[in-house]
Amino acid sequence: MADRAQTNGFSIIGKPLAMADAVSKVTGIGKYADDLSVPGMLIGKILHSPYPHARIRSIDTSRAEALNGVKAVATGQDAPNPYGILPIGHDERVFAVDKARYIGDNVAAVAATTAEIAEQALDLLRVDYERLPAWFDPEESMKAESDWIHEERAHNIEKEYHHVFGDPDQGFAQADFVAEERYYAGEVNHAAMEPHSTLAIWEPHERLTVHSSTQVPFYLHRTIAEVCEMPMSQIRVIKPLIGSGFGGKSEIIPLEIAACVLAKKSRKPVKITYTREEVFLAHRGRPITIVYLKVGITRAGKIAAVQARVVQDGGAYCGYGPVTVLYSGALLGAIYDIANVRYDGFRVLTNKPACGAMRGHGTVNVRFAFESILDQLSHQAGLDPLEVRRRNLLKAPCITANSLRVTSYGLPECIEKVFERSNWKGKKGKLPYGKGIGVACSHYVSGAANPIVRSNMPHTTVYIKIDRDSAVTVYTGASEIGQGSDTMQIQIAAEVLGVCTERIKLVGADTELTPVDLGSYSSRVTFMAGNACLNAAKDMRDQLFAAVAKKLGCSPSDLVAKNDRVSHVSDPAKSVSFDEAVAIALEFHGALVGRGTYAPPEAARGGKFRGAGVGPSPAYSYSAQVAEVTVDPETGHLHVDKVVAAHDCGKALNPLTVEGQIEGSVYMGFGQALQEDMIWKDGRLMNPSLLEYRIPGTKENPDIESIIVESVDPEGPFGAKEAGEGSLAATIPAIANAVYDAVGVRINSVPITPEKILEALRAKEKALATSKPPPEKSSAPGMAR
Amino acid sequence: MNKGIVHLRINGEEREIAIAPNRLLLDALREDLGLTGSKRGCDDSSCGCCAVLINGVPMLSCVALAASYENCDITTVEGLGGPSDLDPVQEGYAEMGGAQCGYCTPGFMIATKALLDRNPNPTMEEIREALSGNLCRCTGYMQIYESVKYALEKRRAISAAAASGVRAPVVR
Ligand code: FES
Ligand code: FES
Repeated sequence: MADRAQTNGFSIIGKPLAMADAVSKVTGIGKYADDLSVPGMLIGKILHSPYPHARIRSIDTSRAEALNGVKAVATGQDAPNPYGILPIGHDERVFAVDKARYIGDNVAAVAATTAEIAEQALDLLRVDYERLPAWFDPEESMKAESDWIHEERAHNIEKEYHHVFGDPDQGFAQADFVAEERYYAGEVNHAAMEPHSTLAIWEPHERLTVHSSTQVPFYLHRTIAEVCEMPMSQIRVIKPLIGSGFGGKSEIIPLEIAACVLAKKSRKPVKITYTREEVFLAHRGRPITIVYLKVGITRAGKIAAVQARVVQDGGAYCGYGPVTVLYSGALLGAIYDIANVRYDGFRVLTNKPACGAMRGHGTVNVRFAFESILDQLSHQAGLDPLEVRRRNLLKAPCITANSLRVTSYGLPECIEKVFERSNWKGKKGKLPYGKGIGVACSHYVSGAANPIVRSNMPHTTVYIKIDRDSAVTVYTGASEIGQGSDTMQIQIAAEVLGVCTERIKLVGADTELTPVDLGSYSSRVTFMAGNACLNAAKDMRDQLFAAVAKKLGCSPSDLVAKNDRVSHVSDPAKSVSFDEAVAIALEFHGALVGRGTYAPPEAARGGKFRGAGVGPSPAYSYSAQVAEVTVDPETGHLHVDKVVAAHDCGKALNPLTVEGQIEGSVYMGFGQALQEDMIWKDGRLMNPSLLEYRIPGTKENPDIESIIVESVDPEGPFGAKEAGEGSLAATIPAIANAVYDAVGVRINSVPITPEKILEALRAKEKALATSKPPPEKSSAPGMAR
Repeated sequence: MNKGIVHLRINGEEREIAIAPNRLLLDALREDLGLTGSKRGCDDSSCGCCAVLINGVPMLSCVALAASYENCDITTVEGLGGPSDLDPVQEGYAEMGGAQCGYCTPGFMIATKALLDRNPNPTMEEIREALSGNLCRCTGYMQIYESVKYALEKRRAISAAAASGVRAPVVR
């Protein structure tokens, strides 16, 4: 619940406003991709590989093509150009050309007049496969000597990075307490409620219009051009309403290209919508992560050194993989003041669906490991784990050991807020057996300081147009996906121009109408599109003021825009309505267009070592959380009673949506902590449905108390930083640490299931029976699977 | 399969469509009737995005055969209220952050409407229970509970005002 920020002097910034598109959502008027249809539209269906690793000898499409109602059949030969979200990872093709690399890989597709005919046609496709040995376990896959998943990736290693900052060996020598553990995190999926959907429309003049459920319309635009061999200028990508993404729509998803290929081939509109099972097979979620972690602290609780070896199970294609494994290293230690860090990260290929970016990209699983081991070390040292975190804080502004520039740092206040609100002092170490309390912290980037495709162009551009109707129209490429980014930009424009939000209209994410924004990923939109919008609004305000000042016979610097008026600061007689100001400015300038861009400053772009490009951000958000749990030692059942989460978002431009983001992040962390896990058997996903892959519902979800902390970043728009991802990572270790507080066992493997808790409790009992009893609630051997 | 004429009463309107006997109500709504407000989120009746009211009872339209619901009153999100006459439930979800991406929202609002119609004073436990057939991946549910509370207060204010013969005050 609200701990709402103050509006200090602002008219619209800092107010808890309903989202601009809320009414279209609650009335069913708003259109998501699958809600769209056009006359003559065909339905596309994709044929997926039944084998995890198989050479495709031939595909016979003749019977499918002969079926009445089938308008196009496409295979790898129709679109052989490789693509991928990273320039170093163009290893995907829309349909397998040489071999299929996971169960569910895309082999062919058909477009037909009805869904039923398309399904029938899939059954008529004959594919001759030659099965190959397959790799499922990342640590086994790394040892492969033959049958590599991509021939050019030796031993199935997509990428490895080795970083050393400071002197870790010396750091460990100085440490009084050292712990070394293996942590395991199972694979999780975004499970956005909207399954992916794309409608590709072949238009006159050899043009293609694509409506797609994407967080990255601009990258989709580029990729369609590459694969379909069309100039970008012939392609228009439109982002409709999006049923959220969490990263699952932040790279190019096969159906998007498949629909375009079929549309081009049939010269007709083609829509493809995934089933939920196909969403799981397209995946791009958070990878299985194995973390070998060693941390040393001094008697005083100061972190002396950190050493991590991280292995990520990337699945069959590169995707965002190298970025994920680099974020794991970059964010591992940078939340605290730590001088000595060694990081070895491996991104490994396996014959499973490709992993990718998911909320808290790269940071979540290493944070779980780090915050867990810090708790363990605190207890070893006889220190309060919350106090240990207080003793390792950065002092902003500063540069971390791995060259990340920290401009604002609300973590101390986050820690104090959760300390008070959770009654930490009254509860820590004082709860009865079976009840526990745990603390953890996390942080995240406010967008990547370096773009995916390196260039010196802005990361985002916004135009604002005003004409004779005195409406203010914001043209932004930023992708609203449910997080409230449209509303955020409307608030910024309204605040700067001194008008009510009703006057502002927003045109978003349409490559024909709006300038480029790189997309809704890595929590970049508030900071980057917010700043571009701020700059565009200021540019517009300058134009209005120049004209009005001339008319009123004053200086532009004497004017203020407020309450739909432009007025002299001290002379109330000199004032015009906004409509009058617009008319004056149109007479003066002719056309009224405000332009704004944003690119991160050079100083924010990080170090020069290999892999230094990932991790740098213009600003970082921070979170501290306290979880309270109840564990039944008889059954191992774990209940999370409450999570108190404080998040430093710089400045809450809209506290309602910021709280929604914090609570949604905690919720998703809770799901991963307790119950979400993709179960694999020989490369086959055993739970590809929402019935079996259980995301939390209202019955399971804990009570969440969200607290906004405002550190006011010097470069953020009105001081704002990210709010949508940073809170997720703290939830998991806060719960794990609370479990330890409750029953004295450390579960180093998520999800934390009753089975794992029981197993650890039994192991602890056994250890107690066979040796001298260690002190109360001490740590059982760390367990991982 | 041969199509037959089916008469449905949806949002108070009589509609007639030619559909196969195995046509699911969700597909009939979305594809034959152009009512795309009800969503599909899963393959196995586990998400609640497709919920509609049938004679006031929330039902999953993704597992209901359209032809079985002739002579029933079917209410979809479109029937709750339009942009200028929002139902208190819709207003609640819009105002209190209950709809982030909005994809689960029609189903949640249907479940909420059914709850408040049969139980105008639900406890927190009853709210959780009534919404437990619906999944939301965005909100963490806290603002959904706020939305429900907004709706029930607004409904109370409306009935109090109706009883005293004055116009309903704005809740917030
Ligand atoms: S679509 Fe998921 S329950 Fe009906
Ligand atoms: S608001 Fe997005 S799923 Fe509920």
